[in-house]
Amino acid sequence: MSQRSMIGTRIRQKRVSSGLRQSELAKRAGISPSYLNLIEHNRRRIGGKTLLQIAQVLQVEPASLSEGAEAALLSALQEAAGAHLTGAAGSAPERDRIEEFVGRFPGWAGLVADLARRGGRLERTVEVLTERLAHDPQLAEALHEVISTATSIRSTAAILAETQELEPEWQMRFHRNLNEDGQRLSEGAEALMRYLEGAPETGTDIKSPQDELHAFLEDHGFHFPQLEGWGAATRINAMVAGAPMLETTPARGLAAQALTQYVEDARALPLDQVQKLIARHGPGPDALAEATGRPLAQVFRRLAMLPEEVAGGPVGLIVADGAGAILLRKPVLGFAVPRGGAGCTLWPLYEVLTQPARPLRATLRQADLRIEALAVAEEIRPAGFDRAALLRGHMLLRPPVAGAAPERQVGTTCRICAMGDCPARREPSILATGV
Amino acid sequence: MGKTVLLIEDEQNIIEAVSFILSRDGWEVKIHANGHDAMDAVRARAPDVVILDVMLPGKSGFDILSEIRADARFADLPVLMLSARGQARDLEMARRAGADRYMTKPFSNAEVLDAVRALVPT
Repeated sequence: MSQRSMIGTRIRQKRVSSGLRQSELAKRAGISPSYLNLIEHNRRRIGGKTLLQIAQVLQVEPASLSEGAEAALLSALQEAAGAHLTGAAGSAPERDRIEEFVGRFPGWAGLVADLARRGGRLERTVEVLTERLAHDPQLAEALHEVISTATSIRSTAAILAETQELEPEWQMRFHRNLNEDGQRLSEGAEALMRYLEGAPETGTDIKSPQDELHAFLEDHGFHFPQLEGWGAATRINAMVAGAPMLETTPARGLAAQALTQYVEDARALPLDQVQKLIARHGPGPDALAEATGRPLAQVFRRLAMLPEEVAGGPVGLIVADGAGAILLRKPVLGFAVPRGGAGCTLWPLYEVLTQPARPLRATLRQADLRIEALAVAEEIRPAGFDRAALLRGHMLLRPPVAGAAPERQVGTTCRICAMGDCPARREPSILATGV
Repeated sequence: MGKTVLLIEDEQNIIEAVSFILSRDGWEVKIHANGHDAMDAVRARAPDVVILDVMLPGKSGFDILSEIRADARFADLPVLMLSARGQARDLEMARRAGADRYMTKPFSNAEVLDAVRALVPT
């Protein structure tokens, strides 16, 4: 149905609202009433001189008859009809009568178009929220905890209620389980509510286990004197259990792993030996690796976990897995690192994952900041004929040395990065588009 | 001796409750509480039916089920999957991986018993 054929409907609307009879308009426009009737019912095409004459009589601009709000309405209704192949009652909307609908019931047509638009917007919103819920690991974990606990409670309560002659020891066990699960459910539900409500005033919103680990490491300045020297491994469990910042079991598990790694690195590179080597060779990781025969990644970790005065200056470290997720971050000199997910693809941290045998050195420019980055990949599981190697990227950060390495502009993570025309961008920045 | 159920689940209190109701129904219940070496447990226990949680430490229930189906000896082993996720795509994943039944948490004791009995007619 052409846009042009809507003109008749508009002519009729204008004529009626002007209080003119069809015969009167026809006479003054110099056409027959029957011809005007055909035009008004969109059964004759109209244009040129006749359109100008009718517009003159109706005292309107010719353009207001051939275009206008109806065009947008018509378009919106056609879109709505296209989106809904069948109506609510199973019948398809009469697409060939859209113009008639608009012409005869403009108010209802506007309402239908508006509802269709609002429906479309809501569908998109639901789609985005569903996607967010489906891919939010913290929410998924919190929900899983609540549902698992509810399952246990339901099953245990049913046993207690329905089992006749339940032995006292089973009764005691299931009562104890119910008590434990009740407590867990309460904590899980509270955590879920805090998460869903945001609850910024509580200051105890759900943190990821990585956040808890980071807070724990930061609280200790990334250095643990009690884990230097012999017998350190036996102290890990007590340290983890006694750390109030490690609130959740997954966080305590991550902390135990991190401290175990710390102890291994400290054994391989004892503090007094590292101090002597730094005094002799300087704090360069390559010199330390060569002098000790230890892998660069281990030297990076050791340097990052030493006090600044021992390491010969400020040292930061970022460790990421092969998927780009950041496993460990020790911030330094204001170099911005995202709390969760992956960082900027342009970081050498990710480049070394594609060339594990080749360490990289670069001076990174992040906004106004310049910092030296040394990156290397560590193989944490070797490749086999039926499996690929598992790699972790390590990027050591320290103050820049002028002219020591080529410069590259990098960001933090796409969502908060303002770099325009970046070939590595994976999502728009909220700095450009707004939240 | 009744038929054997291998329950692969990491939530201790669910293990105790499900073990109890199955034992009372005459089943011999074997437990395995992580995903790492679940396939070894299947081979070692050679159960008549497996109840398999989806979210396990070390390896997902879907991966374990794929390993079970890849072993010719267990291609027809009845498997009931348990999951907190009930979306259509999760059910589809379970079906594709070869699950005989998929049950969404929280379930009732009767539902578990009925499902296990249906999978292994006595």
